Amino acid sequence: MKPASFNLHRPSTIKDAVNLLSELADKDVRILAGGQSLVPMMAFRLAQPTDLIDISHIRDLTNLRDEKNYIDIGALVRHADLALASDRDIVRHILSMISHHIAHHPIRTRGTFCGSIAHADPSSEWCLAATTLDALITAQNKHTIRHIPAKDFFTGIMTNNLNADEIITSVRIPKIDKARYVFKEFSRRKGDFCLASVLIVADVDEHQRIIKIHLGIGGVETAPRRIKGAETLMMGQKLSADLCYAAADLIARDLDPMSDKTTSADYRRDLAHGLIIEALREIL
Amino acid sequence: MKIPVHFNLNGRDFKMNVEPRKTLADVIREDCGYTGTHLGCEHGICGACTIIVNNQTVRSCLMFAFQADNAVIETVEGLSDEQSLHPLQKAFVSHHGLQCGFCTSGFLMLASGAFRDRDYVSDDEITDVLSSNLCRCTGYENIVKAVRHWLLDERKINAEHK
Amino acid sequence: MPSINKSLIGQSLARIEDSPLVRGQGCFIADVNFPHQLHMRVVRSSIAHGRIRHIDTQSALTVEGVHAIWTAQDISDIGPIDFREGKIEKLEPYRQPVLAQTYVRYVGEPIAVVFAENAYCAEDAADLVEVDIDPLPVIDRADAPPGEFAPHLSTQAAIITQQFGDIEAAFAKADKIVELDLEIGRHSGVPLETRGAIGRYDRARDVLELHGAAKVPHKNRESLARMLGRSTAALHLFEYHVGGGFGIRGEIYPEDILVLVAALRLNRPVKWIEDRREHLMCANQSRHQRHKIKAAVDRKGRLLAIENEFYHDQGAYPRTHALRIAETTCGILPGPYHVGAYKAVGYYRLTHKTPCATYRAPGRYETNFVRERLLDAIAKKLNMSRVDVRIANLIDSSEMPYARPLSVLEDNVSYDSGDYKGLLQKSLKAFRWDELEDKLKTRRANGEIVGAGFALFIEKSGLGPIDGAYINVDSEGGVEVITGGASVGQGFETVMAQVSADILGVNYRNVRVIHGRTDRIEYGIGAHASRATVMTANAVGVAAHKVRVKALDMAGHLLQIDPAELTISDGQIHCKNAMQGPSISLGALAQALRPMSRLRGEREPGLSAQGWFESEHQVYPYGNQFALVKIDPRTGHISIEDYLIAYDIGKAINPMLVRGQIIGGFVQGLGGAIYEEFLYDEQGQPLSTSFADYLMPTLSEVPEVKVLLCEDAPSPRNPLGIKGAGESGIAPVGAVIASAVEDALQNYELVRQLPLTPQRIKSMLDQMKRV
Repeated sequence: MKPASFNLHRPSTIKDAVNLLSELADKDVRILAGGQSLVPMMAFRLAQPTDLIDISHIRDLTNLRDEKNYIDIGALVRHADLALASDRDIVRHILSMISHHIAHHPIRTRGTFCGSIAHADPSSEWCLAATTLDALITAQNKHTIRHIPAKDFFTGIMTNNLNADEIITSVRIPKIDKARYVFKEFSRRKGDFCLASVLIVADVDEHQRIIKIHLGIGGVETAPRRIKGAETLMMGQKLSADLCYAAADLIARDLDPMSDKTTSADYRRDLAHGLIIEALREIL
Repeated sequence: MKIPVHFNLNGRDFKMNVEPRKTLADVIREDCGYTGTHLGCEHGICGACTIIVNNQTVRSCLMFAFQADNAVIETVEGLSDEQSLHPLQKAFVSHHGLQCGFCTSGFLMLASGAFRDRDYVSDDEITDVLSSNLCRCTGYENIVKAVRHWLLDERKINAEHK
Repeated sequence: MPSINKSLIGQSLARIEDSPLVRGQGCFIADVNFPHQLHMRVVRSSIAHGRIRHIDTQSALTVEGVHAIWTAQDISDIGPIDFREGKIEKLEPYRQPVLAQTYVRYVGEPIAVVFAENAYCAEDAADLVEVDIDPLPVIDRADAPPGEFAPHLSTQAAIITQQFGDIEAAFAKADKIVELDLEIGRHSGVPLETRGAIGRYDRARDVLELHGAAKVPHKNRESLARMLGRSTAALHLFEYHVGGGFGIRGEIYPEDILVLVAALRLNRPVKWIEDRREHLMCANQSRHQRHKIKAAVDRKGRLLAIENEFYHDQGAYPRTHALRIAETTCGILPGPYHVGAYKAVGYYRLTHKTPCATYRAPGRYETNFVRERLLDAIAKKLNMSRVDVRIANLIDSSEMPYARPLSVLEDNVSYDSGDYKGLLQKSLKAFRWDELEDKLKTRRANGEIVGAGFALFIEKSGLGPIDGAYINVDSEGGVEVITGGASVGQGFETVMAQVSADILGVNYRNVRVIHGRTDRIEYGIGAHASRATVMTANAVGVAAHKVRVKALDMAGHLLQIDPAELTISDGQIHCKNAMQGPSISLGALAQALRPMSRLRGEREPGLSAQGWFESEHQVYPYGNQFALVKIDPRTGHISIEDYLIAYDIGKAINPMLVRGQIIGGFVQGLGGAIYEEFLYDEQGQPLSTSFADYLMPTLSEVPEVKVLLCEDAPSPRNPLGIKGAGESGIAPVGAVIASAVEDALQNYELVRQLPLTPQRIKSMLDQMKRV
């Protein structure tokens, strides 16, 4: 399981990186950040890039910035870097909580947030977080910078809508003033890719009516998704057991789960249903 | 096309020319001659290849050697000197924390790396960290006992801990 | 054994193996390198069944660093892989060729092999070898109708039958008949170290060497020598550190032969290290059987008869074990119970999947599941407790030795000693079984899905018939114990050191134990079937005793004291009960016994001896295990809240090592019960080819386990009374978890298959809701 050969490029600025991408546009190019997803694929030779661009020397990409209205997570920010939250904004707390669910300790020291986003694994916790929290993915090429909403970014299993000459330089997540939040996932073993996950961020008014709700499901469909129908159902309502079940039932009907030789669509659907009940109960 | 890579490994400087695709694990084992780091899966799940790079616990099969350029690397051979064993290694021996020994280097580096900068470690964290690696022989029981014994000596947990 | 010091037998001493291993100074086969070695990479079939049309190696040969590429034509003089125990005429046509000739029969089957300067370019070249295969129909299940292995050869390679008593009469007079259809999923040992081998030809001495041997070096040496047309004196096997065996290693695989032949013909050492993906597709798999079992019982739940028909999924080829696992399955199924009449028929069928062979407790993990499910079902049908139905059938200790007209590994089943009822009572008490009923009722009333289960089992170990060891003491007093044993990580050296040190009166750390070296001792049994402690330790005991007698005799002469008055401690011979007074060291005695020494007199030179230990029958340790589980109805996840392992080992030489074997085995058993399964699609494509698919328990999945280790029934079949522990932790776990899950579900129709994955449990819960 030795990787195939590749040409190595080690740009030291974003400009150099995007120029390279432009030059190599018709080659099979991959970006190397943490490598925790890419290197195993190369070991299996499922990925055999002709060219590898190692971005680890680009200092600008290491920043984790606390801006006025959003958190800016640079392409080289590791999972472990997001584990600390302390007095930060709620989004940082949510990310910190989620980070402990990702794989295992030695993966978290190397793997990157943006790397997970680019990898677009349907079970990825960060992909679910990005989608549920309305993140914007900053994609840059030689000529332009664009900000892609997460809901448009993940287009299928391991597929995103980046162009061949684009690199993710950061992901921005809008800050949140006030909210309750809960994350639940189910996997066969601790640290495995989940078979279903749910992230709910909600806020209630003084009468306990829901005034904000983001409800995202991951691991079930080919990409994570906020379930708008459920959110609409719950807006303005008081959280009750009945509402929990109604929302869970609606979501279960709405989902189009993946199915493969080891895990059925129905099982994933049932898992999602169960996790939503559990999550909503906790947020109550 | 080989490229130059240089790093400090267990206190010694190494300079060599390797293919970009050669993994750090392979370079440590073959080019540097330290075979204590083992390859159990080569896809980053079993943890037998765990080492410490720039004070971070990492899986060496998931790094290319060039990614460790200018790094400070520690592997299991650096834990002890000719004379005596590191306290963590002693604990593994006294608690029968190894049988075939293949996963042992990985667990030793995982524990010594993950807990090194911590003043205090909770039970959950011990479980969380030690769940990173696979062992097929011991059933983990004695690995946990050995690590707890060491943490107790280091005063990072109390005796009343579970 | 007379000694002033406390006996070493029964002490939990730290292992002598550990120091190099914790230092990272172990030497596993991947760590071994020879100058000018070539690396071998196997090109494998990506189709489960087909006819090879063409193999194109042209592009592959252009890769820099490639030295040669072989296909079957290049080794046409090498025959297929033989069976370990010799010729089996009816199975001969089914033997696996070293490289596929006309047909490929499983994904992963070796088709060609690349020799190159390093592993990286060897893999590059292997990927460029083009193989053209015409697909043929795939048989992916053993219970599907058999097909054609080759023209006029059925994939049903054998039918194995064992029986006794009058089955028909028993069923005719039964008060109740219980029938079950059960399946154990395919899984295997999956050690953390993959396979590896280095072939080296010492041209100067005309000795061919296989480095990286494991488990049964002497047996394999005989087979390999025969296959290659060499005398055993011209072929030697070398074992290094081995990263777990579990029955998977020591098989003669195609790669072992290829490195040897290549070393001979290419004039360079040839190194092969398997990668994990290969391992999960090509190393022996195991366990996959489907049993249709029925029992005739009287109204007291007594087994009048058991009739069993099972399909044994052997994979593409019989391995060197041939029919053994299926035969064991037939012979050992009844376990610790009286059975009036018995018939087992095993359909040994080849499928287009990875070939299968032994995995820790082979035939027993499967039969324990089947038999204990049957007993639980009988209890349910007769409205008896699960405990009472077992007590009604258990063989009593007064009946020992208890023989049954069945055979396991060509040895007639004869249980040596055992108090099955006694151990069951101890376990019920330790697990607080009586209180549990009420506690579970209360919890179920609160909506929890909780249950408890258990299983009884008998293990077998100490497969003989004979083993030998050689001990030599040198002039420094150092002791070398040379055995034909093997170490797969189980603490073999420490056990042998304890036994010999105990008898010789030395510090066990000063004992050097040799194993896995055919050039140091001519005969050996290796380490498998939990025999090392029983056979080899007893042989070591015999040899050590002889050395002790020699030492005391020589010392008596030199000290002018009656040897009966002397003893040895810390390597010094001295008077019993008197540490002061005249003494002499073992080293000095060894000096005195040198060939040219005048002090030797007529005595045979050397403070050394050969010892043999023979055993007619295997020994039968036994135990039971209990589990308390809770099921999450939303996910089907099983949590184990409590687990007890009770085991009678006869005599434990090193209790700490025994516990290590038990817990390690238990976790593997847990893997097979809940997590591990080798899955294939209908085209025979393996789906479990990485550690992301084949799931083994991590620390988080392992509950705390209580172990009750007993020595109530030592074996009368060897002086040390020992029975072995290697397979005790794993053997009943599938049965135990199934029993507990069934109790939790309170449904007795559904728990029929292992592993009990969350998805399967959820599906059972759904079925229960629909009814």
